Amino acid sequence: MKSPHRDTLLDPLFDNNPIALQVLGICSALAVTKQVATALVMTVAVLFVMSCSSVAISALRRRIPSDIRIIVELTIMTTLVIVTDQVLKAYFFDVSLRLSVFVGLIITNCMVMGRAEAYAIRNPPLPSLLDAVGNAMGYGLILLTVAFVRELFGKGTVLGYRVLTTVHDGGWYEPNVLMELAPTGFLLIACCVWAIRVWKPEQREEVDDA
Amino acid sequence: MPEQFGALLVKTIFTENVALSFYLGMCSFLAISKRVETALGMGLAVTFVLAITCPLNHVLYHALLADGALAWIPGAEEVDLSFLTFMILIGTIAATVQIVEMAIERSSPRLYAALGVFLPLIAVNCAILGSSLFMIERDYSLGESFVFGTGSGLGFAIAIVALAAIREQLRYSDVPESLRGLGISFLVVGLMSFGFLAFSGM
Repeated sequence: MKSPHRDTLLDPLFDNNPIALQVLGICSALAVTKQVATALVMTVAVLFVMSCSSVAISALRRRIPSDIRIIVELTIMTTLVIVTDQVLKAYFFDVSLRLSVFVGLIITNCMVMGRAEAYAIRNPPLPSLLDAVGNAMGYGLILLTVAFVRELFGKGTVLGYRVLTTVHDGGWYEPNVLMELAPTGFLLIACCVWAIRVWKPEQREEVDDA
Repeated sequence: MPEQFGALLVKTIFTENVALSFYLGMCSFLAISKRVETALGMGLAVTFVLAITCPLNHVLYHALLADGALAWIPGAEEVDLSFLTFMILIGTIAATVQIVEMAIERSSPRLYAALGVFLPLIAVNCAILGSSLFMIERDYSLGESFVFGTGSGLGFAIAIVALAAIREQLRYSDVPESLRGLGISFLVVGLMSFGFLAFSGM
């Protein structure tokens, strides 16, 4: 694989992470991270929708009139999300119940839209596909990290398997209910952002006086 | 009935705040909360769009999409178009946002300039689509969906204005370098979320 392609694919993992640096796709990132399983399903769903929509938009990029491109992009994404939602409902019904409205919200996930606008609309299909896959993986990375911490300390399990035996089952671990609540999601993402920026100081933000 | 609407309103504004407990509309929540004035404009725009789209989507859903909604057409008693829900919802929302954008551009050029690129982005603000989807999932009546939409919008507005006020003051504080900007905003939002958690009575 040529090196610019590798950069397109791997940059979004840490150097240009969609959540930590581009501030895209945060809503769903926080909401589905109570358990690793839902985070995993969500990542796969986003990966699917994003790669297909990027390829489709990039293949059509010379034919989409720029005035109505947002509507065209939205239509493509919506179609893909409907397909994903129907597949989830048919084969993974309980997961689909737990994800509740958040599968539908992939449509308005600014990451899908943002990458389409910023990249796919002016690049050929192959790099667009790599960009989409890379960004979806960068997104999944943060999602899974947060979900791992929340499930491990909130329930003592990982992917449903018992790791820490809780006091209810005669073990020693007192589950931290706080992990199940909304604020923890924010705090953990803040920690991820912090960690990445300590590691990669060039991502630090100047204090803006805007 | 009025008490029920009142309870729903309080619930959507405080205990089930759309931004702080469902994490909806986070992108614009973080991006437009640097100044109180723009945050207020954004909050109002979102409230307005939500108050219109929620009942509108309710009507559309029950008239066209729900199971058996097309029973008045002979031979269509069995038709269930609910798989098209996303398509209709996002269409309604995009159209409403377009109208609101034109209205703001005419009536208040200053607010229009301040909201800038973020106005079209209301269309892809998850708070809007999310509220419509919650409204369908929870099976609200038409009145309830109006109250729910307005309440969600107000809740979002309160949260974003509060965050903007905090971030304005934050400028004077000495934040660790790696935490500046996005990191500290997330921490502040997390703490605000704790505060709102108290409304549901811990």
